[in-house]
Amino acid sequence: MADLTSTFIGIKSPNPFWLASAPPTDKEYNVRRAFEAGWGGVVWKTLGEEGPPVVNVNGPRYGAIYGADRRLLGLNNIELITDRPLQTNLREIKAVKRDYPDRAMIVSLMVPCEEHAWKAILPVVEETGADGIELNFGCPHGMSERGMGAAVGQVPEYIEMVARWCKQNTRMPVIVKLTPNITDIRKPAEAAMRGGADAVSLINTINSITSVNLDTMSPEPSIDGKGSHGGYCGPAVKPIAMSMVSEIARNPATRDLPISGIGGVTTWRDAAEFMSLGCGNVQVCTAVMTYGFKIVSEMISGLSDWMDEKGHTSTADFVGQAVPNVTDWQYLNLNYVAKAKIDQEACISCGRCYAACEDTSHQAISMSADRTFEVIDAECVACNLCVDVCPVEDCISMVPMEPGQTDPRTGKVVEKEYANWTTHPNNPGAVAAE
Amino acid sequence: MPNSQMTPGVVPGRVSDDQLADNFSDLHAPFLGHEAAVASDRCYFCYDAPCVMACPTDIDIPLFIRQIQTGTPEAAAKTILQQNILGGMCARVCPTETLCEQVCVREVAEGKPVEIGRLQRFATDSLMAKNSHPFKRAEPTGKRIAVVGAGPAGLACAHRLAMHGHEVTLYDARPKAGGLNEFGIAAYKSTDDFAAREVDWLMQIGGITLELGKGLGAGLSLETLQNNNDAVFLGIGLGGVNSLRAAGEERDGVGDAVSFIAELRQTDDLSTLPVGRNVVVIGGGMTAVDAAVQSKLLGAENVTIAYRRGRDGMSASRYEQDLAASHGVNFVFNAQPKEVHGNGTAAEVEFEYTSSKNGTLKGTGETFCIKADQVFKAIGQTLEDAPDGLEVEGGKIAVSGAGQTSLSGVWAGGDCATGGDDLTVTAVAEGRDAAEDIHSALMAAGG
Repeated sequence: MADLTSTFIGIKSPNPFWLASAPPTDKEYNVRRAFEAGWGGVVWKTLGEEGPPVVNVNGPRYGAIYGADRRLLGLNNIELITDRPLQTNLREIKAVKRDYPDRAMIVSLMVPCEEHAWKAILPVVEETGADGIELNFGCPHGMSERGMGAAVGQVPEYIEMVARWCKQNTRMPVIVKLTPNITDIRKPAEAAMRGGADAVSLINTINSITSVNLDTMSPEPSIDGKGSHGGYCGPAVKPIAMSMVSEIARNPATRDLPISGIGGVTTWRDAAEFMSLGCGNVQVCTAVMTYGFKIVSEMISGLSDWMDEKGHTSTADFVGQAVPNVTDWQYLNLNYVAKAKIDQEACISCGRCYAACEDTSHQAISMSADRTFEVIDAECVACNLCVDVCPVEDCISMVPMEPGQTDPRTGKVVEKEYANWTTHPNNPGAVAAE
Repeated sequence: MPNSQMTPGVVPGRVSDDQLADNFSDLHAPFLGHEAAVASDRCYFCYDAPCVMACPTDIDIPLFIRQIQTGTPEAAAKTILQQNILGGMCARVCPTETLCEQVCVREVAEGKPVEIGRLQRFATDSLMAKNSHPFKRAEPTGKRIAVVGAGPAGLACAHRLAMHGHEVTLYDARPKAGGLNEFGIAAYKSTDDFAAREVDWLMQIGGITLELGKGLGAGLSLETLQNNNDAVFLGIGLGGVNSLRAAGEERDGVGDAVSFIAELRQTDDLSTLPVGRNVVVIGGGMTAVDAAVQSKLLGAENVTIAYRRGRDGMSASRYEQDLAASHGVNFVFNAQPKEVHGNGTAAEVEFEYTSSKNGTLKGTGETFCIKADQVFKAIGQTLEDAPDGLEVEGGKIAVSGAGQTSLSGVWAGGDCATGGDDLTVTAVAEGRDAAEDIHSALMAAGG
């Protein structure tokens, strides 16, 4: 069995699966259950400064998007940071860390954007024996309206400033949690790095309204007839999160900055994908809020089996392996020509590929009277839509053409050499090929 | 319960009332909302979907399933009902396993079709539960049409004609409308008086006057109907029953499966309905299966379906055969009845094995007997009371096009007419199409 032990910015955990700062990590009872279930670490739900805790709404906090059979695909929430007293949380953190010294214990923090506020809280967190802190610069609702959370995360200068305060006032490693509710994720990551942060974690939740009740005309979740945007998470946000992670991982300025991946991680495979894009570990929330803590067993067995199959002995072997393959569109090989191919044995003749291609794409699939569907190579641009809408896995595949063959669509011979847009004659700004 | 399965003879009350209620409850429980959502999500929304091609009434199945999936079952019902006004009953009785569900791409791929029949029922039940009728009549045309026979063909025809603004008189010789829906199908396929409720719902269109107790040869003549109306539609079904042509057919205990089913459907108290301890049903169609299964459900100890050809020759689908087998009905194939033995009352049926050469069935000479105190004939129905002057072909009223008979101004459809598969759904299609044809003919004729 592969060794899943993970060391992230010096913090050790038996596996790279942490629970994200969220309701599942709000108190001792839950965290103990998580550790018993096998989670490698937790980021304790965000603590605020000393004093009367925040209050949450007393109606629904979550809204959902479903797939077939009410499979939860996306969840949003309007919950705030912990609404329990600071001292209670600190006492519990200390107790749990004492009993589970091998697990990672990170404490999420959000206090006002003033140095004295951070100076006040850092020592009391350090005193719990926690392994590190995560700065919550991502929460998009409630706290941001009070100048915290995403309100800080959207201003790179603030990120840099607060990260620096923290690094100057604690021995603990500092992770900066980034909000996706910005245009260029590289800017806050660079700011965190400048401030001395040890790592970034992303993504926090995305501004969202999950649905509108068409009877009451209230957004959901509805509090007495009104709704407020919440933070969107769960499987639906994974593609957005992975893109943002990859941007940081391949940005020359931040490529050495450790990343903790967050955003729709539901299975071992999701975790492996995030890690291949440069994440040293992953954080999970929606999946456990949907299925409970036990899913970590599947994540452990799945990742371990896959690593064995690939010959990886440690997670470091594959972290970032996919990063060199993330590139800009202009560098994609325009001499790579593929054609869709339908496996007639596997085809169940539903005709979805035909409807999609005929109505919305390139009229590159023919349909016979006996419902045989075939690709017309002379029309096929290999867009992949037929593959995506086909209900049968592996029934339609994209087959690359061999160099030397003639593409019946363009009448051009497929070139062996790589060539991209930067040198393409149609590009007004083309440069001569080297 | 005075008797048991073992009580000799033909007696009522072989099983407890609770057991009877359970036995005759819905064959397939209706979908609950979430079940329907899950079942409808399985539909691939096929292009030019095979299921639509296989539906005799051309219901846009992918569309109605998508309408269910998106939370609008009443819109789904309208999609169904505009093609098939008896979509509620067809959802219950259609042999979907040989129609839409047989060609569902998921049946072909996985052996598990989208449950189109049950979804159709979910949609139509949702709409009928609100007792709303989604269709309105067109402006009155002043045309009068007589529809004879208030079975599936006649009802579908009458409804469509009324919708087009015609005045329809719908006749039926029986005391209730519905035809075979009311009298001829197994009780567990039409629970809670569904057939009658569906007729009431259908009549909400307006413009249809129902005249019961009147049929051809029972107070009506085709000539009079023709004289008093602009068109006549005959959906009179098959009123006669083929005889066994075996000795002893007159003995007590020998009867028609059709009558047995009708009596069962009309009884208020199943515990008063007598059934044999040993029941033999002769035939290979749906009527044979319905009679056999219901005999078993009433408490018969042994029920046998005997069919003169092999299993593949049965017109009852394999699904129906398996349904019967799962209720404990025995099947005997390649056996034709020779004689019903007994002392006044049936006691056993003597069969002779058959073999088929070049399509001709012959007795092999080898015989055997099956105990039987009740024998049901289910070997097909025949046209009765066909008016003179109508061309008849192969025992049915000859029609061409959309149900046009040899007489101008007279249309026919359903089981009484040539073509079709003697299914409720084909009868509905024929009635509907004849109505459209009548409408075109009358409107083209002008004023």
